[in-house]
Amino acid sequence: MHWNSNRFILLLSSSIGKKLVMAITGLGFCIFLISHLAGNLIIYAGNDAFNSYAERLHTLGPLLILAEIGLLLLGIIHISTGAYLFYQNFRARPVRYKKKRNAGGRTIGSSTMPYTGFLILIFIVFHLVDFHFVEKADRSIYQIVLETFSNPGYTIFYILSMVVVATHIDHGFWSLLQTLGIDNLECMPVFRVISSAFSLFVGIGFGSLPVFITLIT
Amino acid sequence: MKQASGEKCINLKLKVWRQKAEESNGRLESFKAENISKDMSFLEMLDVVNEEIILSGKDPIALDHDCREGICGSCGAMVNGRAHGPEKGTTLCQLHMRHFSNGDTVVIEPWRSRAFKVVKDLVVDRSAFDKIIQAGGYISVNTGGAPDGNAIPVPQEVAEKAMDAAECIGCGACAAACPNASAMLFTGAKISQFALLPQGHPEAKKRALAMVGEMDKQGFGNCTNEKECEAECPKGISIINIARMNREFLKSSILS
Repeated sequence: MHWNSNRFILLLSSSIGKKLVMAITGLGFCIFLISHLAGNLIIYAGNDAFNSYAERLHTLGPLLILAEIGLLLLGIIHISTGAYLFYQNFRARPVRYKKKRNAGGRTIGSSTMPYTGFLILIFIVFHLVDFHFVEKADRSIYQIVLETFSNPGYTIFYILSMVVVATHIDHGFWSLLQTLGIDNLECMPVFRVISSAFSLFVGIGFGSLPVFITLIT
Repeated sequence: MKQASGEKCINLKLKVWRQKAEESNGRLESFKAENISKDMSFLEMLDVVNEEIILSGKDPIALDHDCREGICGSCGAMVNGRAHGPEKGTTLCQLHMRHFSNGDTVVIEPWRSRAFKVVKDLVVDRSAFDKIIQAGGYISVNTGGAPDGNAIPVPQEVAEKAMDAAECIGCGACAAACPNASAMLFTGAKISQFALLPQGHPEAKKRALAMVGEMDKQGFGNCTNEKECEAECPKGISIINIARMNREFLKSSILS
């Protein structure tokens, strides 16, 4: 057995290879979401705990920048591959059915992946503007969170976005196990439940934060 | 062919896709299907309609059919937006008219995929599937004396899984029902039936690369794990065969 670079390029240009790219970058986002959520849940511990978490996170310095670049690359690859797959899949049926009904395989998550993905992209832009590229010199991150969520419109946008994220993950996480070929007949129902549980955990975990902030202010 | 009207018979309004040839424009044409026995199969119902069309001097509805026992994979059409009609685990020839009610409007369309060109009316060219098989859906065996039975031991549960995959009749419902017009259930089943058995192992790597490559070349879409194929497959073939194909393809691509 040896590494074959030609085969690797063939792999990436194939249908299964592109699915694999979606799966691996998607898995990267899932891992990021766990660490992001673990950090954010410290908000429940109060002002000092959250601010000191943020400070310690920023002492990572170059490592943090490396992680950010990594996430940006994951995003670019996931979005561009996803967009190309969407285009290819659209082209695969030039004449559409006059009448088409679902047979019961599709879920809300599975049938809306490209659209929820696009909505998440819009959310991320707002999210970065509000929390990442925001002026942080004169106030703590905890204050920024409080101020941002004091706007009810933004709070509703944030919670709805978390519903969209959860919907995307509900199909995405199970789907990546299938694409990576880990799935088998015995594990499939378990993987489905794990995927839904993970999507709920992420959705409720992040979505509960603005509710908590609204309640304490 | 006229049958006595009664509780056993129903009248339907059909809207059937008519298209003279691949390059011509098609449209839905309305027909009346009257005095249809509920014991008839869907194809027999179309036979009755076609006989009346022929008697009126017009061109009958073209459709593919052969065994009419649900095992050959020749027949198939979208019936009211569902591949092989609304019943689970049936081909069009095994779909019976008792599943329809008097006065129903039934829309009948051919399989739609870039890789399946409409030949005429409901007949589509499924040779894209044949090309995928030709690329590697076989085992190469030297001729000679027949090998002894059980010379190659195969565990019973493995044989069962291989047989489940081998049930595929290549009807095309998976690609037709797939929101992405993907042929991955078909290709997955055909790769799996060999990947599971010792006889398939010598050519496993070459097979996975060649068959997936051909599938892509034919212009099918990409699987997004929607499971519509499994739900519509007349043989109930599981998408687990797609996961196995993914594994086989990854192994072949990365390790050589």
